[in-house]
Amino acid sequence: MAERLVRVESMVGLHSRPAAEFVKAAARCPVEVSVGRHTGELVNAKSILAVLALDARPGEHLRLCAEGEGAEEVLDRLASLFTQFSETNA
Amino acid sequence: MRELLGTGVSSGVGVGPVRVVSDTVPEPPAEPFVGDPLAETERALAALEAVGRELESRAQTAGGEARDMLAAQALMARDPDLAGEIRIGISAGLTAARAVYESFGFYRELLSGASDYMSARVSDLDDVRDRAVARLMSLAVPGAPESDEPYVLITRDLAPADLALLDPRRVVAFVTEEGGPIGHTAILARAMGIPAIVSCPGALELKDGERVLVDGASGRLTVDPEDGQISRARAAERARAEAVGSATGPGRTKDGHPVPLLANIGGPKDVDRALASGAEGVGLFRSEYLFLDREVPLTEEQQIAAYREVLEAFPRVVVRVLDAGADKPLPFLPPAAVEPNPALGERGLRLLRRHPHVLRGQLRALAKAAEGLPADRLRVMAPMVTDAEEARLFTAACREAGLMQAGIMIEVPAAAIRARDIAEEVDFFSLGTNDLAQYVFAVDRQVTSLTRLQDPWRPALLDLMAFAAEAAVGAGKGCGVCGEAAADPVMACVLAGLGVTSLSMSAPSLPLVRAALAAHTLDECRAAAAAARAARTESQARQAARAALPALETLGL
Repeated sequence: MAERLVRVESMVGLHSRPAAEFVKAAARCPVEVSVGRHTGELVNAKSILAVLALDARPGEHLRLCAEGEGAEEVLDRLASLFTQFSETNA
Repeated sequence: MRELLGTGVSSGVGVGPVRVVSDTVPEPPAEPFVGDPLAETERALAALEAVGRELESRAQTAGGEARDMLAAQALMARDPDLAGEIRIGISAGLTAARAVYESFGFYRELLSGASDYMSARVSDLDDVRDRAVARLMSLAVPGAPESDEPYVLITRDLAPADLALLDPRRVVAFVTEEGGPIGHTAILARAMGIPAIVSCPGALELKDGERVLVDGASGRLTVDPEDGQISRARAAERARAEAVGSATGPGRTKDGHPVPLLANIGGPKDVDRALASGAEGVGLFRSEYLFLDREVPLTEEQQIAAYREVLEAFPRVVVRVLDAGADKPLPFLPPAAVEPNPALGERGLRLLRRHPHVLRGQLRALAKAAEGLPADRLRVMAPMVTDAEEARLFTAACREAGLMQAGIMIEVPAAAIRARDIAEEVDFFSLGTNDLAQYVFAVDRQVTSLTRLQDPWRPALLDLMAFAAEAAVGAGKGCGVCGEAAADPVMACVLAGLGVTSLSMSAPSLPLVRAALAAHTLDECRAAAAAARAARTESQARQAARAALPALETLGL
């Protein structure tokens, strides 16, 4: 299983528009993607309700996981979303 | 012919058939489902997909914040985990409607337990649920109705998202049974120029199709109006329009006593409209609006640019430092603990005392933005100040940053009662009537069923405003008003009579207030203020003030 550790840089946490954009991007992926806290339970990254319920705050670290063919590329793409949030953060 | 009386919050006259929007979708009964679970699951998912499509298409036509909110709601309708829960529910013997209801309930609980921001999303989630359940039970879908014929919309209350989607060409007026003059509904209605009445008891009992006359200035709704009534209401509307057109220039009474008329703004985007309405300056720049709902914080340079743009547009600008907390949480200004009652907790200056570097940073940015401009152009004020000690702290912080005009908002009753002590410590006051009403009447602004208690005409509030204005005048300082009360042309005259030195409001309200002031002398305003304060109830206060202001009728007010 492929894995990435990302930091929530968006000011509003993984809420609001960042959450919606992340979920939309995940939903387009051909493989299963999950997200969760470093130590906590993983939830379906394609579910806005599950992602919102994570209530990830700014500065928190999250784990992204994917399984199957192309998992690495999928995670690169999703992790880059987090860097995009952080670049516009500067 | 029947008449209903509510509070007029957006002036104008609308005539048309009524559309009553029932806003309650009942809980589907937990009856056992007998039939094909696969087909029932299909039915449930198809309903959710239809809701998702509808919300998405609304998102595309809506702008700004409403668009993001509706797009997120569309995602909720199409949530794959939610679909999974529904499948399980139906295979366990629930009807489609019941399974949808229970599955939403599961996520509802998850989100309610999360942060305040998340809890606020619960109502968005409920809205998606109600739309889906209504479809499955063949009930009217909540929200603004589709209609080709112009109509008068009647609801219990109207969510800002629903309001943002109303087509002003179709909705000739709207009336809410609940809601209050300081709610979002009223503010948005004025901004959109739709005549509106709020807290109008009995409105929901009107029958679909009944013809009504809505007068948003007087708050009167007439069922099955006669032609004479319609023409009288329209004549008054014309008189108002004429008065608005003829009153130009700076705000002043008939005998020339100046009362500068200023605009409330949230950022540079509001500057053009304020200028177009003839605002002489900005009386309330809600600086926290630059930060709310932003994915990324403003840098110091972006902050300076936003302030500078506004400072260059007007000869005087009052900036309120970050008013975070309660209903406007900002992620970088967290309170110390979870608060059972945030309106009475760490908010406004209280939060900034906990995070002094944020206040220092903002004051520094403000000072830089004002560099090279006349010294009296920028005035800075603090929200939620309780006593003279807090006022002194804020003034000292402003002076340290090189800001020479430091003031406070009077929102806490204690500050109004002891305004004389505080006047020594600051350069000006600004009365925040909305919060002052919330605190003096002990009524949460968000509790719409109690808005009748928050009427700014209540003599207790008039007294508090008088204390503050008298203290400021006594100390030779200014005392403005920046709450929605200033937008009521009759109240504006009373405020001038109480000694208030400037009035700030949302831009569309400025012209009518300018006309009302220009039609009355300062003595008449003072007599109206005294008469209102001598009254015992809000309706008597309103009547007494009107009786003392002879030109209201010719203005159509």
